[in-house]
Amino acid sequence: MNFVDYYKILGIDKSASPKDVKNAYRKLARKYHPDLNPNNADAKTNFQQINEANEVLSDPEKRKKYDQYGKDWQHAEEFEKQKQQQSQSSGSGSRGGFSGGQSAGDFSDFFESMFGGSRSGGGRQAKYRGEDYSTEIHLELIDAYKTHKQTLTVNGKNIRITIPAGVENGQTIKIPGHGGPGTNGGPNGDLYISFSVANHPNMKRLENNLYATVELDLYTAVLGGEITIHTLDGKVKLNVKPETQNGTKVNLKGKGFPVYKNEGKFGDLQVTYSVKVPTNLTARQKELFEELRNSK
Amino acid sequence: MQPKYLISIGDFCVNHNIDISFISSLQQTGLIEITTIENSGFIDGEQLRELEKYVRFYYELDINMEGIETVTYLLQKINSLQHEIATLNNRLRLYESE
Repeated sequence: MNFVDYYKILGIDKSASPKDVKNAYRKLARKYHPDLNPNNADAKTNFQQINEANEVLSDPEKRKKYDQYGKDWQHAEEFEKQKQQQSQSSGSGSRGGFSGGQSAGDFSDFFESMFGGSRSGGGRQAKYRGEDYSTEIHLELIDAYKTHKQTLTVNGKNIRITIPAGVENGQTIKIPGHGGPGTNGGPNGDLYISFSVANHPNMKRLENNLYATVELDLYTAVLGGEITIHTLDGKVKLNVKPETQNGTKVNLKGKGFPVYKNEGKFGDLQVTYSVKVPTNLTARQKELFEELRNSK
Repeated sequence: MQPKYLISIGDFCVNHNIDISFISSLQQTGLIEITTIENSGFIDGEQLRELEKYVRFYYELDINMEGIETVTYLLQKINSLQHEIATLNNRLRLYESE
């Protein structure tokens, strides 16, 4: 457990007045408050640090103790015991830190050890909703293709959620009330789940459309024929027109990705033909190709 | 359609120890909508999260009403840009080799 320099965190020196502390705190809080920095984990950490620094430096009792013991905070309890019979001063109770979804459990080990984890009271006794939790779920493209249920463990609790088909990479969904517990009887926070959907080895997705490249042998490309391709929905037979060029695109309507929360609707699948030239030809085959060339 | 979950403005103000005029100012600036039933004001439960955020802006961060309006506008812009980045990232993946 390391010593935490609260003055440094607030960017003030030891002689700072309570007004200086308040001003420094407000300035930094406006910069790092989680409400003003959505989805920014660094800002949240910074905010917790400045909140903790303010908690100590804005409270004369705590500040005195902090200034007195400083880096020797680990011995503070021993010193305090010796002074137990001396005058018992009552805490002045400065205003608590900003909420922003923070709970006492968000204080550093250093703080908990020195001040026992209790926050000063005073100020508005508001009901605060609990902290919002966020987590990430990694899915394969095929998993995102069908609506399915998944069990998550969030803060020791198992939550069974339904993941609707068509969920997108980077999409976030909210599960209300499954975040941290509220304080002073406030409501629970929400749980935010972000999805990371991997690309399929043979298929790429853009919104609700899928893109696939299919190899076509030279003979089918030249003469036409029937091929079978694999889609996320199963096998599909395609008629290849004679004299199909390399890079030809075919659009298969409704064979793409399901539209999110729009049951029965699907995007398209675009197939690009990649004509494969035969290799390791036998002497006879080469002869036939020569014949073809000369027949032009 | 889910039924609306309404919260009494009076109760909200008592619980959060805030002045009712603050809620009126938010309504006047168009940041929240108030439903009036039998002369009592209510807010839709869906707006609670935003409303609590405005309370924090005003009472904890000392941001005035004009500031809240500006911050809200900029946060909406950040949100839309983050969404755009996610969409562009997905589009980029289409051209990236595995």
